[in-house]
Amino acid sequence: MSFAAHLISGISLGSVYALIALGYTMVYGIAKMLNFAHGDVIMIGGYVVFVTVSGMGMNPLAGIVVSMAACTVLGVVIERVAYRPLRGASPLAVLITAIGVSYLLQNIALLAFGSDPKAFSNVVTLPNLELFDGQLVIKSVTVVTVAVSVVVMIGLTLFVKKTKIGRAMTAVSEDKGAAQLMGINVNGTIAVTFAIGSSLAALAGVLLCSAYPSLTPYTGSMPGIKAFVAAVFGGIGSIPGAFIGGILLGVIENLSKAYISSQLADAIVFSILIIVLLVKPTGLLGKQVQEKV
Amino acid sequence: MKTKAGKLSKTAKNDMITYGMVIAAYIIVQILVSTGHVSSLVQGLLVPFCTYSIVAVALNLTVGILGELSLGHAGFMCVGAFTSAVFSLACKETLPSVPRFAAALLIGAASAALVGFLVGVPVLRLKGDYLAIVTLAFGEIIKNIINAIYLGVDAEGLHFSMKDALSLGMSEDGLMLIKGAQGVTGAPHDSNFTVGVVLLLITLFIVQHFIRSRTGRAVMAIRDNRIAAESVGINITKYKLIAFTISASLAGVAGVLYAHNLSTLNALPKNFGYNMSILILVFVVLGGIGNMRGSVIAAVLLTLLPEVLRSLNDYRMLIYAVVLIVMMIFNWSPNMIFLRKRVRQRLAAGREAGEEV
Amino acid sequence: MALLEIKNLGISFGGLRAVNAFDISVEKGQLYGLIGPNGAGKTTVFNLLTGVYTPDEGAIFLDGVNLTGKKTIDICRAGIARTFQNIRLFGDMPVLDNVKVGLHNHYPYSTFEGIFRLPRYYRTEKEMTARAYELLRVFGMEEYADHAARNLPYGQQRKLEIARAMATEPKLLLLDEPAAGMNPNETKELMDTIRFVRDHFDMTILLIEHDMKLVSGICEKLTVLNFGEVLAQGGTQEVLNDPEVIAAYLGE
Repeated sequence: MSFAAHLISGISLGSVYALIALGYTMVYGIAKMLNFAHGDVIMIGGYVVFVTVSGMGMNPLAGIVVSMAACTVLGVVIERVAYRPLRGASPLAVLITAIGVSYLLQNIALLAFGSDPKAFSNVVTLPNLELFDGQLVIKSVTVVTVAVSVVVMIGLTLFVKKTKIGRAMTAVSEDKGAAQLMGINVNGTIAVTFAIGSSLAALAGVLLCSAYPSLTPYTGSMPGIKAFVAAVFGGIGSIPGAFIGGILLGVIENLSKAYISSQLADAIVFSILIIVLLVKPTGLLGKQVQEKV
Repeated sequence: MKTKAGKLSKTAKNDMITYGMVIAAYIIVQILVSTGHVSSLVQGLLVPFCTYSIVAVALNLTVGILGELSLGHAGFMCVGAFTSAVFSLACKETLPSVPRFAAALLIGAASAALVGFLVGVPVLRLKGDYLAIVTLAFGEIIKNIINAIYLGVDAEGLHFSMKDALSLGMSEDGLMLIKGAQGVTGAPHDSNFTVGVVLLLITLFIVQHFIRSRTGRAVMAIRDNRIAAESVGINITKYKLIAFTISASLAGVAGVLYAHNLSTLNALPKNFGYNMSILILVFVVLGGIGNMRGSVIAAVLLTLLPEVLRSLNDYRMLIYAVVLIVMMIFNWSPNMIFLRKRVRQRLAAGREAGEEV
Repeated sequence: MALLEIKNLGISFGGLRAVNAFDISVEKGQLYGLIGPNGAGKTTVFNLLTGVYTPDEGAIFLDGVNLTGKKTIDICRAGIARTFQNIRLFGDMPVLDNVKVGLHNHYPYSTFEGIFRLPRYYRTEKEMTARAYELLRVFGMEEYADHAARNLPYGQQRKLEIARAMATEPKLLLLDEPAAGMNPNETKELMDTIRFVRDHFDMTILLIEHDMKLVSGICEKLTVLNFGEVLAQGGTQEVLNDPEVIAAYLGE
């Protein structure tokens, strides 16, 4: 049963990665930038819930909604103030700016909340699931996390395929200039993408902190990087790819921790990423684009 | 032929300015130190200035000249630091400090070059952001593995384990070289500001001469247009690997300098993690992509900035972040570039008008 | 035997037959045109010739040496140089260095010699610079030597691409739509340049072109491609007056 338990907690962790990776992959697909600050939006989302639920005694669900709203605004503001002025500049310049934003968010949190970890109370208050006469306990937060990430993945896929704004996103990701000529509001579309990505980050932050209840200004940093790895792993720009990549990454990480070495778990995760990219340079579900001579 | 002579001296002059700047800074600092005008805080930063300048120049070779984004240079630095520190610790009693440091330097540079080569062979086939994320992954793997290594030496020779110190099975009089996550303790303090400046000058010498050589031109041709470079008979893989290996090796040199300035060497996220790789990239981009002098200046200023802001306590990193964002937008935003050009034209026009009158 | 001999060349991409049963034979010193409607497979032939693609079948001989399936750099060393439809220069490098990169394989010294500036570095660099200037002078571009390649006027960029190709000391020069995007004056100047290259370097040139004035003005022989197959082959005037060729261009 211990294998099943490790597997399930891996899927749970993977679902969090998947949620973050979905935001990453959408932003990357459309703005073609590595948004290094994405992980820190998760952390901010966590703190908002911490303040509203633990501090102000709000209903957890209301707290989550407030957090998602706050992060949506934050994401749009970041895009407007820091990234939009750099549209058309070297991708490196945008990358460094994103790093600056990441430092900024971390230090704002540091000033507001200090560096001590905050005990985060689980917002999922449903009873745990007991299987095989209690031999295998699945925490309710696990069930909720997995369910949320599946729903979000399906929802996003439908959104991108079926709605007008979703198709505009696809068009912008293919060719900004052509999309603009076709009358698509490119800046607006990118802003919407950041809004969606950031609200998902808030959601991921809440679920991450519920599963691993310790919140510091650096909480989002490593999961952010890992989720980006997951997005690359699955094929960046692909929504199902980000989902699969996230789940696989979480499972591999947890199983390596359990059966090989907890110290080398990250090394193993990264090694597998490298192997996948060497075999399939655009990730599991990524499209191969060849330069025309 | 006049233009040719002029051009040669222009690039040569540019290189000379860079060396001159470093030497002048060194002399000024030495004078200030000897007259007691430098606080102990800044004195403690002198070797880090050199360390970060070297690794920034090394990364600029990859980013600016080869045109590929690496987020793993802290990993190469880590390799150089640990191999050289282990060597120096093992030979602490048997070798005098000068030949010991020289040998440590070669070992650090060579092992970082070897790791750079081994990483480069598979990853240089990837492009852009994929290359960036894979180099980041390699950097993390290197750091992770080093944190899990236990290495000791006794009369029977070297003992190695990836589990714990006990499983090394060392005799009582043995010397622990690497203690897992506790790192290397007691490596000799062989580096100082003078050594750092000499190494920085050597690094600049190697990189600038590389750029002005046939190999450097081939590398830049690949950067500018891979397909055209191939069509004129440039071996893409070979030249990419040469540039990347040299870059990794120089990052290793920075690691050697770093390691011999500490009493305990650990592979932590903050000194050898992806955060450090990113910080080095910040030096390169702010200093100017492909501009070696700029890398040195940016590395020194950005290392100094948090210390200068120390009186602001908790706000210093916040200000650092804001400065970084504002500088990036000011330097790189297409609108700002346009605006700066307009202002410059206005000023030039004004000056001409003034001269006419 | 002719300088360039291609027999039964063919390649498919997925289900698409891009080039089929392509034969051509170009004599030394000839100015040969490869024409045909858009999408006929002309650039694909160039890409097969320069090792960008590996042919599914057929054989390529240059001066009697079999180059079929060789890699791009080996083909360059064997003596085929090319220019590109969309200009591909080393934009951030000076014009002089663009030519020097073309000279790369003819003036060797090691990376080590370059970094530590051993005597061979100085000797070779001096020879290389002199040779690069000589080439720029031949093309009347000496004054641009220090300019970044990307800042050159369009016509000069085309010329620089040819100069760079000539620096590799080829036996055969491939020009992919050299007149694309040029105005009539620039085209006229280009025609002079191409003729000059042939005469001055005693070069064999195979070119792809849509500009019929250029084609009829300088090409001695033509091959017409249509849907990946050879439609007509022979002397320029004879081919251009072929009713089938006219039909292919005008569309039936």
